[in-house]
Amino acid sequence: MRENQKRSYLFLLPYIILFTLFIIVPVLMAIYLSFTNFNTIETPNFVGFMNYINLLTQDEIFMQYVLPNTILFAVIVGPGGYILSFILAWILAQLTRVPRTIFALIFYSPSMTAGIAMAVVWRVIFSGNQSGYANSILMQLGIITEPIIWLQDTRFILLIMIIVALWSSMGVGFLAMMSGVLNIDETLYEAGAIDGVKNRFQELIYITIPSMKPQMLFGAVMAIVSTFSAGAIGVQLTGANPTPSYAGQLMVNHIEDYGFIRFEMGYAAALSVVLLLIIYLFAYISKKLFTES
Amino acid sequence: MAFKSSGINPKTFHRSQLKFYIFLIPFAIFMALPIIFIFNHAFKPLDELYAFPPRFFVVNPTLENFRNLSQLAESSGIPLSRYLFNSLFVTVIVVFLSIALSTLAGYALSKKQFRGKKALLEINNTALMFVPIAVMIPRFLTVSFIGIEDTYFAHILPLVAMPVGLFLVKQFIDQIPDSLIEAAVMDGASDIKIYWKIILPLIKPAIATAAILAFQLAWNDLETSMFYTTSESMRTLAFFMNTLAAQTNVVVGQGMAAVASLIMFVPNLVLFIILQSKVMNTMAHSGLK
Repeated sequence: MRENQKRSYLFLLPYIILFTLFIIVPVLMAIYLSFTNFNTIETPNFVGFMNYINLLTQDEIFMQYVLPNTILFAVIVGPGGYILSFILAWILAQLTRVPRTIFALIFYSPSMTAGIAMAVVWRVIFSGNQSGYANSILMQLGIITEPIIWLQDTRFILLIMIIVALWSSMGVGFLAMMSGVLNIDETLYEAGAIDGVKNRFQELIYITIPSMKPQMLFGAVMAIVSTFSAGAIGVQLTGANPTPSYAGQLMVNHIEDYGFIRFEMGYAAALSVVLLLIIYLFAYISKKLFTES
Repeated sequence: MAFKSSGINPKTFHRSQLKFYIFLIPFAIFMALPIIFIFNHAFKPLDELYAFPPRFFVVNPTLENFRNLSQLAESSGIPLSRYLFNSLFVTVIVVFLSIALSTLAGYALSKKQFRGKKALLEINNTALMFVPIAVMIPRFLTVSFIGIEDTYFAHILPLVAMPVGLFLVKQFIDQIPDSLIEAAVMDGASDIKIYWKIILPLIKPAIATAAILAFQLAWNDLETSMFYTTSESMRTLAFFMNTLAAQTNVVVGQGMAAVASLIMFVPNLVLFIILQSKVMNTMAHSGLK
């Protein structure tokens, strides 16, 4: 048995080494650095909760732009993308195999572009002069008379970011939920019909969702993660960090701004810790939501 | 009369499915437009790129943009092929290593009993929520601390341990009946042999899925080239592409940027199309409890 245990660890060892080095250690280091003042050149010196206090009391940009932007973005893109993924996954499961595969491919494709590749397309579509596609269409329809400089206009930056993020939100979670719907035992539906389930909607609420909670949770976790990682698109779309008047500034951009532009690593680390806590909190809520009953 | 069965995964077309198509088709067109656009834009000659009013579809397709892109890279000192090579090299190694590590660890976590197993699973499940971009600074410090900055190791090592990959592989191995492994142990098969001859062949779908995810991660990765490398010749296509995208205002830039997007996107798409049925098979076991 002991010998067997040792061999188990051997199988795990390579993964654990890299996992520790590039995931665990950075997280712990972020927590440590968040309590220090660190400019990358001198050794970090301990400042206690100073960074967190500054974050709450001094950082006007954070309170005025970054936090509201992040919340608005996350609240729309997170649940929005998630619900959309679920609805599409459920509808696709009602189709025959070939059309289902084709539609699934179309919906999944945007998530493969991972923001970077497609930033170009969006920049062309929302180009600020009258030969931009969005402007051209709206002007032809007579909705606007002057071209709008979409990506520099503080009213539209966040909205465009949300559209782009929603467009690319049908990722792995979407595929998982679709498989979840497809793999529900047929007999459950038959039993449901006998128990008085009258239509597809009732079926969805009483049979489908309860039977695929594990996939729903996996989808939710993936949605949370991709929502918070999608933050980079603001900078890619506008081509500047900070984004014009901080209109599209999300926490991820704020971290980058402090860490790699101003080199206030201690403060950036405190921001990272707050971001990780927010993500963890959301994941915890989803877990509570989908494991009870 | 009771509501008749669900219509989930139907074998044939039925009129009742029509309403779904009415909703799906416009939506699918909307979703696909930007992607169709990039295919068209990449092949547009200069006058069509700047036509007014702008035209969506290409009329006289040309390879001009492809030529311009490779010339631009050439003139900056680093040929496009170098970026491409870096990207391919890094991606292939990441995919290979991350599958090797995930399957090895997945086997142990799923089929072996040892102390700390539960804790490890719990930690890995928590790490599913890990957002690399949030801790890029400490990650950067780790990379420079172990002294792999500006090498291929800096590109490869941080991406290899992929919690989602391990999670999916482990869930899939859970489906393999224990009796199969016990029988092999009776016959005197070693762990390595069980792993190689029983586990790996049975979890091919999960391997395919993990491969796709690792591929997307490595191929699209920007962070490494931006922060962990200093010399231009160590950077990847994703980075080059991103710098290019930042200069789309430059005349001709648009067409080249579209070509670069296309080059970035197509490998992902092809790989997914080839492996999609395996992916769906894996996802059936992706539930998180």
